Amino acid sequence: MEIIKVTHLKKTYGDVEAVNNISFSIEQGEIFGFLGPNGAGKTSTINMMIGLSRPTGGHIMIDGIDAIKDIKKVQKIIGIVPDENNLYDEMNGFENLCFCASLYGMRKKEREKRATELLKQFNLLKASRRPFKTYSKGMKRKLTIAAGIIHDPKIIFLDEPTTGIDVESARQIRELILDLKKQGKTIFLTTHYIEEAERICDRIAFIVNGKIVKTGTVNELMENAESEHKINLVLDNNITGSRAELENQFPNYKIKMVGDNSCLIISQERIALSPLLQLLDSKGISVYEAKAIKPSLEDVFVKVTGIEAVQLRIEREKLGT
Amino acid sequence: MKTMIAFWSILKKDILNYYLKPPNISWGIIFPLSWTLMQLMRSEGNLGIVELLPGLMAMSVLFGTTSMLAVTITFERKGRSFDRLLLAPISISILVVAKILGAILFGIINAFIPVIFAAFFIDLSRINWGLTIVAIIFIAVTSALMGLLIAVSAKEVFEAQTLSNFFRFPMLFLCGLFVPLDKLPVVLKPLSFILPLTYGTDILNGSVTGNSVFSAIINFVVMLAFVILLFYLCQRNIKKKWIL
Repeated sequence: MEIIKVTHLKKTYGDVEAVNNISFSIEQGEIFGFLGPNGAGKTSTINMMIGLSRPTGGHIMIDGIDAIKDIKKVQKIIGIVPDENNLYDEMNGFENLCFCASLYGMRKKEREKRATELLKQFNLLKASRRPFKTYSKGMKRKLTIAAGIIHDPKIIFLDEPTTGIDVESARQIRELILDLKKQGKTIFLTTHYIEEAERICDRIAFIVNGKIVKTGTVNELMENAESEHKINLVLDNNITGSRAELENQFPNYKIKMVGDNSCLIISQERIALSPLLQLLDSKGISVYEAKAIKPSLEDVFVKVTGIEAVQLRIEREKLGT
Repeated sequence: MKTMIAFWSILKKDILNYYLKPPNISWGIIFPLSWTLMQLMRSEGNLGIVELLPGLMAMSVLFGTTSMLAVTITFERKGRSFDRLLLAPISISILVVAKILGAILFGIINAFIPVIFAAFFIDLSRINWGLTIVAIIFIAVTSALMGLLIAVSAKEVFEAQTLSNFFRFPMLFLCGLFVPLDKLPVVLKPLSFILPLTYGTDILNGSVTGNSVFSAIINFVVMLAFVILLFYLCQRNIKKKWIL
């Protein structure tokens, strides 16, 4: 069942088109990933969906409610984890959670019980009486996520949940996200970590310059890249001298040198190894290793968006991970 | 009921996190006290404490409410914790009232510091306390709403402080506190009539010393109009500037 439907959504800031006529829908209980570099329009899209920003055009329906006309109704059933940890520094972990719960009208007993449960679940019980400002980055992120789900929302918006934190905390957060999915929650996740999207999202949309360029499950997205077959050969000798003959014999194969004793065979069809090995053998070249290269989501992203994955890595490094 | 829980929590959080912090408590006491001593020294004994009270009370409320609210909101906006409040399923009006109520209470308490100080020296039984309290509440509400308006326009804490002073100091000199309204230059008189503090101070003058320019009813009606106008402007500006 479709729980979120976004149609022709637009957001402009002066001359800048932050979000340019995007449409997508999300099924109940699925993890939907929004993958794109910084400034692609991910946060702008989330902000419009949660009521922190007004769309320039388009429609947003969340659980049957028009989110543009009746955002306060929508805010009752959604949980939001922003890209920055925005809890109160002076308050301790427990107080922060209780305060966030009270904003949703939860009574004292109920919110204290729920806060304790979440602190246990997020492994923060020991630090629960310490001020938020004394928490590590990972702890802050976990508490911010706990605050976003304190009122047991149906839909959760996670904006870059693992950005800027250590590997172990990021792993724990990914597990928590998968746990939330098991509980039947619908999750809208923005990230610029390709591996993260690949690992936990049911469906992914690539967003670049405010436009969605591709949407699908990881397998659907991979199909696109799998139209090309690649085999990496490790040899005992350099084949530069025999390359022309190889290309003549196998006109459908593209041969790319990778280092001195290694080459990549690329073809639109499946690659038949025996004739290739026979020819190399006749030239006195032994093949030590032949490995099929499976495309990664990163390859698909690069192919579809034209953005080098390196750019995403640089952004990640800038953010301190 | 759910809205009331959220409302009370926001108010309680602000009181505990900001208003009851030692620097603010001491500021709330020292500031009105300094004003009192400054005025006494300036008058060289010619001015009675009773005559000083309306001005001191008005100034304490004005400075207490505007500065605290503008600074705390800008601080929360900068740390983005204010987004939590905007994302809560409560109306902007409830949010505005919850945010300003802490500042109003802080301002009202500030107003009574000079009164407590004066009570040691003079007989305050002739003061019309009913009128005084209503006037202080009105001054506190309008000042808090002005603080909120400033907070909506400021991005940084220092910006909020600068903007606050830009409004507060001219208001102090034009509201009849230092220079009586009838002695103000003709060019400045119209300006003084568009400031809420002018009417609040006038009620206080009437209730404490018995000398007021307008009748209490006119003053209250004008103050009420200011409250409605400022409340509307605050809501409109929050929607316009914070929900982009």
